[in-house]
Amino acid sequence: MSALVEQAQLVKTSWLTPSRAGIALLFVAAYGIVPFTASGYLLDAILTPFLALALAAVGLNVLTGYAGQVSLGSAAFMAVGAYAAYNFNLRIPELPLLFSLVLAGVVAAAVGLVFGLPSLRLRGFYLAVSTLAAQFFVQWALTKFAWFSNDNPSGVIDAPPLSIAGALLTGAPGRYVFCLTIVVVATFLTVRLLGSQSGRNFIAVRDHEVAAKVIGVPVLRTKLLAFGVSSFLVGIAGVLWAFAYLRTVEPDGFNLDRSFQILFIIIIGGLASIRGSFLGAAFIVVFPLLLSRVGEALLGNVFDSGVLEMSQRIVIGGLIIVFLIAEPKGLVALVDRLEEQVSRHAGRLKRRFI
Amino acid sequence: MSMVATAGADALVVTRGQTRAGEAVPPASGAPLAAGSLRATDAAAPLLTLQDISLSFGGVTALQAIDLQVTTGEIRAVIGPNGAGKSSLLNVVSGLYRPDSGVVLLGDKGFRHVPTSRLAALGVARTFQNLALFKGLSVLDNVMMGLVHHRRAGFLRQIVVSPRARREEADSRAAAEAMIEFLHLEPAKDRIAGGLPYGVQKRVELARALVARPKLLLLDEPFAGVTLTEKHELAQHVRNARDTYGTTIVLIEHDIGVVMGLSDRVAVLDHGRKIADGTPDQVRADQAVIDAYLGVAHEGETELVA
Repeated sequence: MSALVEQAQLVKTSWLTPSRAGIALLFVAAYGIVPFTASGYLLDAILTPFLALALAAVGLNVLTGYAGQVSLGSAAFMAVGAYAAYNFNLRIPELPLLFSLVLAGVVAAAVGLVFGLPSLRLRGFYLAVSTLAAQFFVQWALTKFAWFSNDNPSGVIDAPPLSIAGALLTGAPGRYVFCLTIVVVATFLTVRLLGSQSGRNFIAVRDHEVAAKVIGVPVLRTKLLAFGVSSFLVGIAGVLWAFAYLRTVEPDGFNLDRSFQILFIIIIGGLASIRGSFLGAAFIVVFPLLLSRVGEALLGNVFDSGVLEMSQRIVIGGLIIVFLIAEPKGLVALVDRLEEQVSRHAGRLKRRFI
Repeated sequence: MSMVATAGADALVVTRGQTRAGEAVPPASGAPLAAGSLRATDAAAPLLTLQDISLSFGGVTALQAIDLQVTTGEIRAVIGPNGAGKSSLLNVVSGLYRPDSGVVLLGDKGFRHVPTSRLAALGVARTFQNLALFKGLSVLDNVMMGLVHHRRAGFLRQIVVSPRARREEADSRAAAEAMIEFLHLEPAKDRIAGGLPYGVQKRVELARALVARPKLLLLDEPFAGVTLTEKHELAQHVRNARDTYGTTIVLIEHDIGVVMGLSDRVAVLDHGRKIADGTPDQVRADQAVIDAYLGVAHEGETELVA
């Protein structure tokens, strides 16, 4: 046991920790290998939506996992982001795409702040229900007022092609790298925020609001900051979803189901964990594909798309129940345990051979 | 607000000049106090004064016309049986409850309702009866939270780690680490607070309250639910905090044993009234206190013997 601690300390003092090495490897793969080797299907239908959903999950995790404020309105903020970016792009053509993207995040944050105001008075279920208001209001407004979709009768928008500094990003690899870069930068900044005093304030408000108030945490400001930052990230995820993944979206695509999907991601992946958000998003994206492959192999033609969708819902619902009972901390806790075991075995091997 | 010092083997030493009619105050008997500790506290300015505090919840009286003066630098216990109003008193001082009448004076600032969000800035810290740690944060982070009211850098500065944000973070960390050392919490420093043994969590909460060097520290049943050894350790830590940092301490307790050895003065509440106020020896011998604790049997002093 003491040897283990020593080893952990040794690793800690050196710059290259195992987790850093792991992240570095992931980066090399994500930037150096995947864009050149992966098929268009893998990039367009799996990795791009995975990245967008992962960012949305990071956003919701800031609010729900870290600051403890339940929200059922994530899809609404995705929609606000997507439609805001579309309108910035449409109405100010000279604005570079990255600016529209950030401004869209700011608009989503502003809307998030407004719908976060009830959190100053409401808690738990009551707050969750009040965030539903955001969900229904935004969807209604985007359909009702044609201005948002440039007078499209059903509120559908076509995303402009992606371009960075004049260079057009066409093709699946370009869209993937665009998504990846945005998600990496946004996640990096979020990690910085969560590691700072503001991040501690989030957790303090979540774990004991009265004590937080007594020691001087600005509780109201902290909650609003969580709503703002969360909506900003979710809004940007909405832009990626609309511009890089679907490219044609309608308000209906950001319905309550999408909000629940993001909530499931953070519950399955792990609350208050950035890695959990990514693991959960990977699971939600890959799992249906896996299920359809397995279903096809086992049942052949019986397993059509209708059956697939039903079985997906049943299995995901079941998994959530199992998870909440067996591993409330989500996939990330499983991965942590696995890592611990691996490192313990590695340590034992090392000791035997050295 | 003059403090009238009367003394005697079985009398209260400190009662307020205008003692309320009907309040159970035993008659003062005996000579004036010899020059000593109370003279000194008499001269010192009161840090916390409660004037005529009353509080009721829908007809149930929790506190009734409570007057209390806490002198700078003393360890003051407020004891009483369950439901005597001790926690309500602390919640009034920390602003969680708004009294129906009366004034709370912190130093020379008077409040009808103490503003909880400014409590830390006013130099007051408190702990809670049933632990109020931030369970998801490490011990170090919990203790650093105690300095949150000093933090000025906004979240954008924190993200980009501006020089100011970096300095604040470093200062907080250094102060928190010093406090962790002071309370012998180093082995638990990087552990998540929620998973620690109860007694250690109590000490972490004490560290979080002390790290901002409050002028006044309110402890809500600090010895409840910990083992006897931990009790003595904690008592030692509380005394050290007062001696090292000059913190004035008000603690609520119903375990009288530890309190009697630790406190300079003890106030006793029963059914929302203050029935006694004095040095531990005087309170221990007070007939009203004995009645409150043991019913009306006048002989049994066992529970009051430290």
